[in-house]
Amino acid sequence: MQPFQLHTGIAAPLLGDNIDTDQIIPSREMKTVSKTGLASGLFAGQRYIEGRVPNPNFILNIAGFEDATILLSGRNFGCGSSREHAVWALKDYGFRAVVAESFGEIFYNNCVRNGILPIQISADMIAKMGPNVTIDLPNQTIDSVSFDIPAGDKKMLIEGLDMIDQTLEHKAEIDDFFKNDKRVNSWKY
Amino acid sequence: MNQTLFDKLWESHTVKTLDSGESLIAIDRIFLHERTGSVALESIVEAGRKPRTPSSVFCTIDHIVSNRVDRKVDEARMPGGDIFITATREAAQKTGINLIDVLDVDQGIVHVISPELGIAQPGLTLVCPDSHTCSQGALGALAWGIGSTDAEHAMVTGTLRVKKPPQMRISVTGTLGRGLTAKDLALHIIAKFGASGAKRCAVEYSGEAITALSIEERLTLCNMAVEFAAFTAVIAPDEVTVSYLKEKRYAPTGVAWDEAKSSWLNLNTDHGAIYDYDYAIDAADVKPTVTWGTSPAQAVAIDAVVPSDANLKALAYMDVSKGTRLSDLAIGGAFIGSCTNARLSDLRSAANILKGHKVASGVTAICVPGSMAVRRAAEEEGLDKVFKQAGFEWGAPGCAFCFYAGGDTFAPGTRVISSTNRNFEGRQGPGVRTHLASPAVVAASAISGHICDPQHMSEGV
Repeated sequence: MQPFQLHTGIAAPLLGDNIDTDQIIPSREMKTVSKTGLASGLFAGQRYIEGRVPNPNFILNIAGFEDATILLSGRNFGCGSSREHAVWALKDYGFRAVVAESFGEIFYNNCVRNGILPIQISADMIAKMGPNVTIDLPNQTIDSVSFDIPAGDKKMLIEGLDMIDQTLEHKAEIDDFFKNDKRVNSWKY
Repeated sequence: MNQTLFDKLWESHTVKTLDSGESLIAIDRIFLHERTGSVALESIVEAGRKPRTPSSVFCTIDHIVSNRVDRKVDEARMPGGDIFITATREAAQKTGINLIDVLDVDQGIVHVISPELGIAQPGLTLVCPDSHTCSQGALGALAWGIGSTDAEHAMVTGTLRVKKPPQMRISVTGTLGRGLTAKDLALHIIAKFGASGAKRCAVEYSGEAITALSIEERLTLCNMAVEFAAFTAVIAPDEVTVSYLKEKRYAPTGVAWDEAKSSWLNLNTDHGAIYDYDYAIDAADVKPTVTWGTSPAQAVAIDAVVPSDANLKALAYMDVSKGTRLSDLAIGGAFIGSCTNARLSDLRSAANILKGHKVASGVTAICVPGSMAVRRAAEEEGLDKVFKQAGFEWGAPGCAFCFYAGGDTFAPGTRVISSTNRNFEGRQGPGVRTHLASPAVVAASAISGHICDPQHMSEGV
């Protein structure tokens, strides 16, 4: 996973609340059993008009925003379906961070698992951002505005760690837990 | 310290607290499906990893499988979808997990078959790369939806890293009115709290209106918790839960059953336990509820009008106006199905209304049972005949028209009354306008040709 430390890029505003994962990537765009090759399906419902012609009014088709690497949005971004394809499509397109007032729970975790930084700040702050934005994850700032992030998520993102390998370092404790649980709650096994 | 039900489930599964503040939570059961599970299975195979306990991993094929009654083993409901089915089957065989294949007698939608087979049980942790996994909290399990990468993590390590969410209790006092369902209650709650109203909390539903619900109704209520941004929902197990699970395929037997039963009946919130948010609502305030917009929170009572502060984008997509009475809206489609409302009691409630009636002309009506077991039971009772005689199509189990994946669906612009869980723009197809409602409202509307309260059927037909 690509580590996230400092990043400066263009921020594309896709404002509005409750932008769900069906909008981020419609199910019909999930054509292969793969985590890659999904960029063209990103926001397909709004990004294209009839015949897959770029919709000139969609933010990522507007001059100056095609190469955006930071997405700005509203409340409850990424709600709905758990499809990790939403994050894989954003990543495939080149996005490194999503800034929103709040996030869908599963989407938020999927971002962290894939090296995309989810930043939660107020709508007022988001409205003032862009088009060029600098994010400093070690210092937890976006354009000098501080943001909060759980310590575990921050570490995973900064170091670009594989979470399975990290967790397997606790394998002995996991084995002990299940051994004991089998004794105490034998009905489960 | 007085603990909530959620605290007890959490604590009993905590392997350790990590330096990061996250907990390492032991996972008892993992469910997968072909749409998001296929990639997780393939990914662990490619990485040379293995599931820690293959026998605790279950996989069904429900999301894009064809709903034709005589479907073939690899048949998808959209062009090119067969690769998800074949890839899932191959990866399941390689990893040695339990596969419930397309033509299996147990096949069905994950959140329908998991309780039906007794895979979900009180006191277990259960995860699935599917957002509606919260449904299974209805049995007193700690069940929540995750991404595909976390599903790999759960399979390989037997655990997940999770930050303990805040907690909310919603006590539902009183009694639901006659003819009202768990779906009406779910939509009422989501409309009241808003689409992000559960604030990523673990939500416990309690109160006399909740204990009065059957397990199937509790599954419907918990199913929609994700639609108002809950981490998950949970209901304390009781005698209703115990009798539901007795003799289910994967339920404990013999001495283990007695142990399980006593453990389950002790799983509840201590008196005086504190929640981050504690709310009470009165079941008597719930009316038949239907969505008018493009979020499940945009819902009102069926005899009410579209609100004056309605979101303009939603109004435009749905082609409705402020002040429009929902029951005045003509429909072109009706769908009964999905993990929300495709269990036997849902089909019975719809069939009860359909009996002796015909679907209005111009309405395409479809019923897809949630599982093979539901379909068999419905056919034994002759419900399939009631649906077919009324003019409904009768499909083979799967998620079906709950979401569009390519392939056949309603024509753009069609107004559809649907027993499903999401009315997002384009959810059921490009330009399709979805109104969420209970199976009874869907049935009454299909007959009337407009959105219709079953209690007003005589006026509508």
